[in-house]
Amino acid sequence: MTAMLNIKDLRAYYGQVQALHGLSFSLNEGSLTTLLGANGAGKTTTLRAICNMVRSTGAIEFEGKPIGNRSTENVVRLGIAHVPQGRGTFTNMTVEENLQLGAITRGDKKNIVADIERMYDHFPVLKQRYTQQAGTLSGGEQQMLAVARALMLRPRLMLLDEPSFGLAPLVVRDLFRIFSKINREDKVTILVVEQNAQLALELADHAYVIETGRIVMSGNAKDVANNEDVRKSYLGY
Amino acid sequence: MELFANQVLAGIATGAIYACMALAVVMIYQAIDHLNFAQGEMAMFSTFMSWQMMQWGVPYWWAFILTVILSFIGGILIERLLFKPLAKAPVLTNVAGFIALFAIVNSVAGLIWDFTIKQYPTPFGSSPFLGSQLISTHQAGMVGVTVLLLAGLYFFFQFTRIGLAMRAAASLPESARLVGINTSWMIALGWGMASAIGAIAGMLIAPVVFLEPNMMGGVLIYGFASAVLGGLSSPLGAVIGGFLVGVFENLAGTYIPGVGNELKLPIALALIITVLVVKPAGLFGRPIVKRV
Repeated sequence: MTAMLNIKDLRAYYGQVQALHGLSFSLNEGSLTTLLGANGAGKTTTLRAICNMVRSTGAIEFEGKPIGNRSTENVVRLGIAHVPQGRGTFTNMTVEENLQLGAITRGDKKNIVADIERMYDHFPVLKQRYTQQAGTLSGGEQQMLAVARALMLRPRLMLLDEPSFGLAPLVVRDLFRIFSKINREDKVTILVVEQNAQLALELADHAYVIETGRIVMSGNAKDVANNEDVRKSYLGY
Repeated sequence: MELFANQVLAGIATGAIYACMALAVVMIYQAIDHLNFAQGEMAMFSTFMSWQMMQWGVPYWWAFILTVILSFIGGILIERLLFKPLAKAPVLTNVAGFIALFAIVNSVAGLIWDFTIKQYPTPFGSSPFLGSQLISTHQAGMVGVTVLLLAGLYFFFQFTRIGLAMRAAASLPESARLVGINTSWMIALGWGMASAIGAIAGMLIAPVVFLEPNMMGGVLIYGFASAVLGGLSSPLGAVIGGFLVGVFENLAGTYIPGVGNELKLPIALALIITVLVVKPAGLFGRPIVKRV
């Protein structure tokens, strides 16, 4: 397998404060990778740095091309969909408009209608609510909408920032099942940042652990799950 | 009763212009969170351009269309050259930018075309509309063009992809960038459209207020009043606000003793203050809630 995303010596800053201290990792094409870490470790910052939403230095390569200097919208246009923390739903627009916005950069207008139908297959609840204002959806429904919106880009790589945040455990399970389905069937490489380490490690095939802006462990998800330190710190047993 | 109907209809006609100005103001406010104090001067300059074209012998509607296109381009240029560099600057820097733009456009227009009052033609004529004494054909034309413009804008924002992208960029810039929208160009496009709408308003009102560099001063204040009344976050509200202010202005001038023509302008200002005190979000605006 070849590395789809390659990150070397990534350093990110919020004003004077440095949040990432030389992070290096890579994602294999077709993989489902999780990035674990405590609050404030730099997980969200890593995702934001990939999409150039925070000032950073270091090398970020996507499919062999350096993307560190591209603007956010131009990174997205390469096929990198980012589901941000807090979901970024366009709350005053309808569900269907949110989905159309996900495909706004695509030229193949004909396929967009079919793709919206596909999203309704993945998430039937969205179909029932397609004329509703997105802000009236429940938290879980909004998360589904955010994922569906990201998929409308037909991304090659999807970045998910704490998709389980604030959701009921059952909803989270459903959502993660859909992630692995998307990963397998649509061949979308996925990088998911999670605090729910147990669930993330169950589904991912690769894992990185990040602490205060540095990668401290990496490997096969099962091996990481069996590591004693990880068990104690993140899995709680 | 006839006086009342006459004043209401005349109010609707001028209200159409206020609605256009309010819409232009709201479009830029939505895009960059600032009120464009120079909106009226930009409209005045556009109107002068169309007048100049007509002086050179260009037929009215050709001059009209050319002016709208040039104003659109001009609006984009102003954003690119002046306000894009100020995007991250503090509010007061932007306010200074708007005031500078106001002063520059006003004096340049005075320099080129001087400050004497000029007649401006109407393509609709000024005879009574449909034989009725209530409203003139020009007033009816103002309302007609405005309604067409509003319908076109509604279609644009509701049913085209670029309109959807502009709405997305205005409501949540960060999310918009994450679906690949170039928000910076959406702002420029908003400026272009606001400038073009202002130009239409200017050309429609010029036969009424006559053409001169300060012609839009009062109109813009009514435009602000309309935008505030309808809610700065609501384009539809701005339009309805425009018509309401137009009617209110005329009725107050007619029926409230002592107001008359001289005190019409303070009424607009009083309206702005009243709305800001009683209902800051306006009639149709969403209240802005900030997490602290």
